[in-house]
Amino acid sequence: MNALVFLIPIALGLGALGLAAFFWSMRNGQYEDMEGAANRILIDDEEGPSDDR
Amino acid sequence: MNAPAAIDRPKAAELAQTRLTIPGMRCAGCIAKVERGLMAVEGVDAARVNLSAKQVTVSHAPSIDDLVLVDALDAIGFEAQAIGQAATGPHAADRELTKALAVAGFGMMNVMLLSVSVWAGADGGTREVFHWLSAAIALPVIAYAGRPFFSSALKALRRGRTNMDVPISLGVLLATGLSLYETATGGAHAYFDGATMLLFFLLAGRALDAAMRNRTRSGIAALLSRMGRHATVIAQDGSTRRVAAADLEPGMLTLVAAGDALAADGIVEGGESAIDNAMVTGESAPEGIGPGDRVLAGCVNLQAPIRVRLTAVADDTVIAEIARLMEDAGQSRSQYVRIADRAARLYAPVVHTLAALAFVGWMIAGAGWHQSLVIAIAVLIITCPCAMGLAVPAAQVVASGALLKKGLLVKDGSALERLAEADIALFDKTGTLTLGEPVAQLAHVDAHARPVALALAQASHHPLSRALAKALAAQGVKPAGISSPEEIAGEGVFAMSEGQRVSLTRPLTDGGATAAELHIARQCWTIPFHDALRPDAGQAIARIAQAGLESRIISGDRDAVVAGVAADLGISGHGRVSPQNKLAELERLKSAGYLPLMVGDGLNDGPALAAAHVSIAPGTASDASQQAADAVFIGDKLMPVALAVVAAKRTMRVVRQNFGFAIAYNVFAIPLALTGMVTPLIAAVAMSVSSLVVVGNSLRLAGAAR
Repeated sequence: MNALVFLIPIALGLGALGLAAFFWSMRNGQYEDMEGAANRILIDDEEGPSDDR
Repeated sequence: MNAPAAIDRPKAAELAQTRLTIPGMRCAGCIAKVERGLMAVEGVDAARVNLSAKQVTVSHAPSIDDLVLVDALDAIGFEAQAIGQAATGPHAADRELTKALAVAGFGMMNVMLLSVSVWAGADGGTREVFHWLSAAIALPVIAYAGRPFFSSALKALRRGRTNMDVPISLGVLLATGLSLYETATGGAHAYFDGATMLLFFLLAGRALDAAMRNRTRSGIAALLSRMGRHATVIAQDGSTRRVAAADLEPGMLTLVAAGDALAADGIVEGGESAIDNAMVTGESAPEGIGPGDRVLAGCVNLQAPIRVRLTAVADDTVIAEIARLMEDAGQSRSQYVRIADRAARLYAPVVHTLAALAFVGWMIAGAGWHQSLVIAIAVLIITCPCAMGLAVPAAQVVASGALLKKGLLVKDGSALERLAEADIALFDKTGTLTLGEPVAQLAHVDAHARPVALALAQASHHPLSRALAKALAAQGVKPAGISSPEEIAGEGVFAMSEGQRVSLTRPLTDGGATAAELHIARQCWTIPFHDALRPDAGQAIARIAQAGLESRIISGDRDAVVAGVAADLGISGHGRVSPQNKLAELERLKSAGYLPLMVGDGLNDGPALAAAHVSIAPGTASDASQQAADAVFIGDKLMPVALAVVAAKRTMRVVRQNFGFAIAYNVFAIPLALTGMVTPLIAAVAMSVSSLVVVGNSLRLAGAAR
């Protein structure tokens, strides 16, 4: 019973933290362009003469 | 590196923002090219591509015009069009739904954590504490996540009707109220877990449904944006001035330069030229015009300057009329009642009656009001249409995902429902059954003539010249040196090359087919152009026929061309059909009891696309047509259309199975609830199992588009 006094608030807090993170990422527009986000990883970082692809 | 997003900067206030739509963007390479290409333009501060929306947002110095950006994109091979600040309005509702889903998920998991302990045997003080904790979590969660249902139910009740949200709201609110009472009086059962779980599953269904809907843009605005925005008006004294399209008046004389789009309808008074009128008539070949001919707003003057006396402006133009027809036609479709709503109309009264009967029955049988109420609420919770809420969207999302992989984007769930019902398919020709661009047939042209042909073709803006130049350039031909090229409107391009007269002209004898003639000194080649059929058009039509749909062609193009294509495909076809007549034909079919599927791309198909029971447009279609269509297919193949029909029929079969399962579940669960045997544990298990079975069944559709 004593352990519950700590554990339940911790469990709730972690859940609430996840929820807050989700809300933040949503407000930040991170789900606006899922397709683009998936593709951007393929873009080369170099800005050289050979970067037209 | 990736261009940075337009985040807050100190000088942001001085920057203007422009959004451009770039339909041709497909991959990571395109993102990089577009962003880098725009960043290279002087005065552009940031460019950020949104690949899902096929748009780019550019923040730039206010001195830069949209046209500069469009030209910059054109130079790197992307066709772009500036659009207004698209409202994020319809999007906001979806976002609220996702937030509500996240909150409900959070609530459900944490309440379940506590409930499992209670079911495992926690009792006495621990159980009471857990119930209070559950209440502390569940009440705000229900108040937040339940809003979409509460507000919709309230709206329905105010209008004296009932929908699926009424039993949901009632069930959730009564369950919460009862659980609060039980918690306060130290009772054994609290239904907080059931209430939050119910909201979670139902919101999941709604969110899936919302994910299907495309971002809607104003189709009418997109259509009208094709009209010229300005016109050069010639005053009495011969001076010219630029006038905005909205300020034009009938009777004004305007000068239309080559390459300009007309801003109003009118009659040509001077000059000879050819116009690209594909937007209104769907005609693929350019039309020659001279004094006395009628020209329409939105068509593009291709060759020489002409003077046009305006006859109709702004809302009276033919294109504005098409826009209006589209709007009217679209409204009739919005009356379509989706299958989930039809089910709800039957379902909601049954559930309410059962719950009321349970309460009255147990009161009569001598149970106390408390026990009777608990049983009535248990009936409401257990019959709450969890599986029903998921039955339709889950199947539609999986099927549309499968179709997307095949190159067909379905805009909303009702499109699949309507597609499954369609029994006749009408196809536009140019750009739909065919690829929409003339392809030059060059096999018989001698190698030494090709460089000259390319040089001549490059000297002209005529669509056939451009097509010829494209075909030659694709073969690696380099242009020959020509001197003093001269383009004569309606005739062709004339020049000198190595001391010989060379020309690229329209054929002397007009055999009805689209062709050009190449002359070098005394030699002559006729270069025919074919608007090639999509490679798999025949197979796709056969597949559609197999699915039970008759196909027909209905086109604005010349009769001879339409008849040729129709004969190739073995279906019937009509040519020279105006937009109004297309619409009339669809209305005639509809009143004859058919449910037509319209596949078309031109702006002239817009009203027909909007009026058809269901419609599909190719990705190369204009914005307005894509807007009016229920689905858009991408690429050179027609097969996605056939697959869509097949997949839609399979989807509806799975939806019916899902409904069948949901009903079967209720047949078992309702007697349990009526006899008072439903505890929160049984309710939770029953709800999750039925939902999971429905989702699992829907996943079978992953291979539906084959």
